Amino acid sequence: MTLSNSNVPIVRREALKNRLEQLTRMVEIRAVEERIQKLFAEGHVRGSTHLASGQEAVSVGIARSIDPDDIVTCTYRGHGHALALGVSPTAVIGEICGRVIGCAGGLGGSMHLVEPEVGLLPTAAIVGAGLPIACGAAMAARARGKDRIAVSIFGDGSANIGAFHESLNFAAIRKLPVVFVCENNLYGEYTRIQLSTPVEDIAIRAASYNMPGVVADGQDVDKVAEAMATAVARARRGGGPTLIEMKTYRYSGHSRSDPATYRPAGELDAWLKRDPIDILAERLAGEKILAPGGLDQLKADISDAVERATMEVLDSPAPDLGEILSHVGAHSAGGDQRWNFWSK
Amino acid sequence: MAKIWIRQAVLRALDDAMTDDPSVIVMGEDIAAAGGPFKVTEGLLATHGPERVIDTPISEMAFMGAAVGAAVCGLKPVVEMMFIEFIGVALDQLTTQAATMRYLSRGRLTTPLVVRASAGAGQGFGCQHSQMLDHWFRGTPGLKVAVTSNARTTYGLLRSAIEDPDPVVVLEPRVLYAEREEYEFDRNYRIPLGQAEIARPGSDVTLVTCGAMRRVALAAAETSHANIEVVDLLTLWPWDRRTVAESVVRTGRLVTLEEAPAGSGWGGDVVSSIAIEAFGRLKAPPHRITLPEAPVPYSGALEARFLPSPAYVAEQIATLVSTNKPPLPWWRNAA
Repeated sequence: MTLSNSNVPIVRREALKNRLEQLTRMVEIRAVEERIQKLFAEGHVRGSTHLASGQEAVSVGIARSIDPDDIVTCTYRGHGHALALGVSPTAVIGEICGRVIGCAGGLGGSMHLVEPEVGLLPTAAIVGAGLPIACGAAMAARARGKDRIAVSIFGDGSANIGAFHESLNFAAIRKLPVVFVCENNLYGEYTRIQLSTPVEDIAIRAASYNMPGVVADGQDVDKVAEAMATAVARARRGGGPTLIEMKTYRYSGHSRSDPATYRPAGELDAWLKRDPIDILAERLAGEKILAPGGLDQLKADISDAVERATMEVLDSPAPDLGEILSHVGAHSAGGDQRWNFWSK
Repeated sequence: MAKIWIRQAVLRALDDAMTDDPSVIVMGEDIAAAGGPFKVTEGLLATHGPERVIDTPISEMAFMGAAVGAAVCGLKPVVEMMFIEFIGVALDQLTTQAATMRYLSRGRLTTPLVVRASAGAGQGFGCQHSQMLDHWFRGTPGLKVAVTSNARTTYGLLRSAIEDPDPVVVLEPRVLYAEREEYEFDRNYRIPLGQAEIARPGSDVTLVTCGAMRRVALAAAETSHANIEVVDLLTLWPWDRRTVAESVVRTGRLVTLEEAPAGSGWGGDVVSSIAIEAFGRLKAPPHRITLPEAPVPYSGALEARFLPSPAYVAEQIATLVSTNKPPLPWWRNAA
């Protein structure tokens, strides 16, 4: 087993420098998503949830390419990103089960994962909401004279909302250190991309805003990281924003009530043949980092770890009723424990 | 005492806040190089530089959201919405993102930002540039809403809003910008958010109002036979229940004067709260003087009738005090 055993976000984040840990984290994300699906069936999860099985390489590829004190905004399909950035399975599953050990103390739920310690602002339940916020985070970084950057992760559905266009334009005009990452998983909620978007590559929209637009293979974590590295370096040296489109695929439907019957026959099977975990495992086996049969063992170990985290969550208490009136404003119970992004 | 334009109170509040706190930045359309369409940011660019006084594209969603991100990460952005209606295209960032940031992070991430905007009717800007729209923000947990009413309250409320640890919307009645008033600036002057003030003491009726209607209320009180106590709410959310309730206990009558249709006006909340709290002390039913349920008309003749005048307010209050029955609004009398 690897450093995934730690529940400390910053430790988990630093661990991603390790090749095997990158694979481990992808396996962990898959296992957590599968467990959440099961928790739904068992009645432990309220409302809805949005799984991202199949998109693990994007999450880990981004997280390993940026510093823990860079700022990240993300949408409601964010379990994988939160885990990759460093939030522990207990904190993610705990939040989704509405427990006090959740990363938002059970106040947010599946769509609102957060961890300032690793730069993750609350994931937003509104499509496109994170792009302008990332622009502002980048402005603050520059005002503080830091070489930090902001990364905004969003889906192909966001590419048709005004906030996408306004933010790309705004970031380009002000040469802000932002990396816009579009996870193109071919479906905006229940609707196939061809029905909503007249271009095949969303990345070409970068041309309108005079910034590089890059298409990357979102199933290959190393390709994701490679595309990120160029964009991150450009942002850090003051070169301005980049739009990266990660071609990927969502194995499940949009949310729990969506059986995804609108997908053409054979499409899922074709994508499963390019599973991001298999691609990395094969490469690591070739590099002699992963022993023969090592992936199966890893999956079994992680599955056990996720099950232990789940049991810890289910044994943990719901938030105190006093939390209802907490953190509405500075005057509320809970008070200010403001995170200082610039202490380092 | 020097006479100043009320718009100078906005400029002075921004300038002093930027001087006192290097994390304050100002953002909006045409506010830097051009000095602002209402000249309320004139000279800020020269004093504080282009990294702190920022002209934006006409992209309210982008710069409203950028203010949220900048606030979370340690700056204190003051965003200008030229006309408050412009925030309609960016409302998500304020009412959904900024207002819940503290809650979702359990106090670890906050959004100390100010949205200031010109608002209200009276100058023939037509129905898409003349609303107050405070009801879009009022009652949203996590937001505060204030309305300025003269040079002093403009300075005092803006300084408090910029220093507040949470997001605040400050509505500035546009009709006041070009008014002149005697006022001596005091850079330590603040009006705490959530605190109303008694603009004129009286004994017969409590007339609760805010914004540009404060002047109308005061003018009505001057001509009225009834002795009217005028309360300027100043902050519409959270509003000062205590000051209003204590006044109503003294006068026994409650009237609101609102620049909004009754369906969305803040008076609905004020009247119901006070009716519940002070029911036994009321000598007459509470009454609301509002706008009709219609868009703001352009024509000068119509807009003059549309907005409550001092004479109309005095007449409504005279009827209430003499009969202890609420009078009908002018549009129902006419019908």
